[in-house]
Amino acid sequence: MEKLLNEISSECKAAFNVNCDVESDLNIPQNYKRNADLGLPCVAENDLLRHFTNLSRKNYALSTTFYPLGSCTMKYNPLINEKIAGFDGFNCIHPSQPAETIQGALELIHNLEKDLCEVSGMDYFSLQPAAGAQGEFAGLLIIAKYFKSIKQKRTKIIVPDSAHGTNPASAAYAGFEIMPLKSESDGSLSAQKVKELLTPEVAAIMLTVPNTLGVFEKEISEIAKASHENGTLLYYDGANLNALMGMVRPGDLGFDVIHINLHKTFSTPHGGGGPGAGPVGVKAFLEHFLPVPRVENKNSKFVLNYKKSKSIGKVRAFFGNFPVLVKAYAYIKALGAKGLKNASVQAVLNANYMLAKFKDKINVPAGSRCMHEFVLSPKSVLQNGVRTVDIAKRLLDYGYYAPTVYFPLIVEEAIMIEPTETESKETLDKFVETLNKIILDEAVNEPHKVKDAPVNTPVKRLNEVEAARKPILKWSG
Amino acid sequence: MNIPQDLKYTKTHEWIKIEGNKVRVGITDFAQHEITDVVHVELPENGKIVKKAAPAVVVESVKSAFDIYSPVSGKIVEINENLMSSPELINQSPYENGWLFVVEFTNNGEFSDLLSADDYKKII
Repeated sequence: MEKLLNEISSECKAAFNVNCDVESDLNIPQNYKRNADLGLPCVAENDLLRHFTNLSRKNYALSTTFYPLGSCTMKYNPLINEKIAGFDGFNCIHPSQPAETIQGALELIHNLEKDLCEVSGMDYFSLQPAAGAQGEFAGLLIIAKYFKSIKQKRTKIIVPDSAHGTNPASAAYAGFEIMPLKSESDGSLSAQKVKELLTPEVAAIMLTVPNTLGVFEKEISEIAKASHENGTLLYYDGANLNALMGMVRPGDLGFDVIHINLHKTFSTPHGGGGPGAGPVGVKAFLEHFLPVPRVENKNSKFVLNYKKSKSIGKVRAFFGNFPVLVKAYAYIKALGAKGLKNASVQAVLNANYMLAKFKDKINVPAGSRCMHEFVLSPKSVLQNGVRTVDIAKRLLDYGYYAPTVYFPLIVEEAIMIEPTETESKETLDKFVETLNKIILDEAVNEPHKVKDAPVNTPVKRLNEVEAARKPILKWSG
Repeated sequence: MNIPQDLKYTKTHEWIKIEGNKVRVGITDFAQHEITDVVHVELPENGKIVKKAAPAVVVESVKSAFDIYSPVSGKIVEINENLMSSPELINQSPYENGWLFVVEFTNNGEFSDLLSADDYKKII
């Protein structure tokens, strides 16, 4: 185990001294003044460097291993995009600068909004939300404000049981009541069941297409028609847009509000390496409600328009996570329309290739075809009390980051695999071989190997139950 | 799998013990096994009105969070406060110390679709 910085701290090793030369006798009342040191660790510079380098070497990352984390789209992020986001013109500007001095940055925002409209079939975008869930929240505030503006009292949102957990959370946070919708055995939705839930109180239905089991909603047109006839709006969770680029556009399917996770589809780093970005897009009749400021093009100049009286306001400071927007823009421009379509085609092909290698051996509840990801349910082949969690831990021993497990909740012992378009056939073959070996051979013939896993990692199996029941959140010396 | 004969059951894996005009509710041995180690329980407040088949409790394990449904409509009159500090009671003693809540029911006609121990055994 790598020691904490506090544990290697020593008075005599300080690499840097914080000598404050600012006048400290401000009028701070005595009871608010700090009466002890800050308690920051004192560590020599090379010890600090080694600490973080050692930690990074213990980590699992896309730069060290295949990372088939279903629903998260851990595709390769081109490193050149980091360089572009670091250009002085993007990196050395301040968001409070006058608009006329940051025309390039505003032009990028304006153009990226247009590109996202083109890919998704929506009319307007705001790039402000800082992540997918905040994009959802902004989208739901827009829906709430829209119904208020047309004086309709609609209090409910339909969310399928296969949805990402953020959907019901965002809707509840925006003040709506959730109506759960049961999905079919392959994870798809029945238009008939949707119709039965459509009452005059339903503000919107939130859908993920393709859905969480990697299946395209076959009855989406009928669902959209019935919803609109009821005055209900359609919300598109863009988590899986990376399966559809250049083939189907949510806007054309009838969606009214959408968010896109730039860190998935448009290849920007994920949380932790992030931050993320969750732009929210709308059809023209909802444009007035988008967050401010809007970037507008007036007489060949880009200006910031705060004067939008119907806007939901700000959901984040300034213009969102700007460097993330730069990376997404660079990715879109590098690939172009053909390249984006090809990325989706390859992602779907890779997932189907893997699925074909599993489907005769391990149960696949959604059937033998998928979009960009698929969900295995190994329950019927697992023996000796081995569970999916053990399989996932054993994969760590083989140097893989484990797939998403126990999600979606509607699949027993779920293992959710998303290879993405950026992996080679050899990588996919090797992973399939390893996972089949663990499930069909080791779990049957040497179950202790699987139940005791991981053994090749810096720490052995962690006591997750104790960590959740009695978490130690603070270093106490 | 322990399925006591003297209790009633639901298809969603709650057990029900009828005590006069009240019912005591918990989750079955099968359910606690499936949920795995419980780490947190969100109980309703005393006096809360609950509806049959609507979520009344959230049980969270390291695996996920699960809604537990009230098997009858009525008013919550007692909750198992021990679970706040010792959620593991649900795993250790699902039918005794791990009970969740007591409902004073309004309509015993709602009991008709509850399962006997033998019928419950057939669905798991």
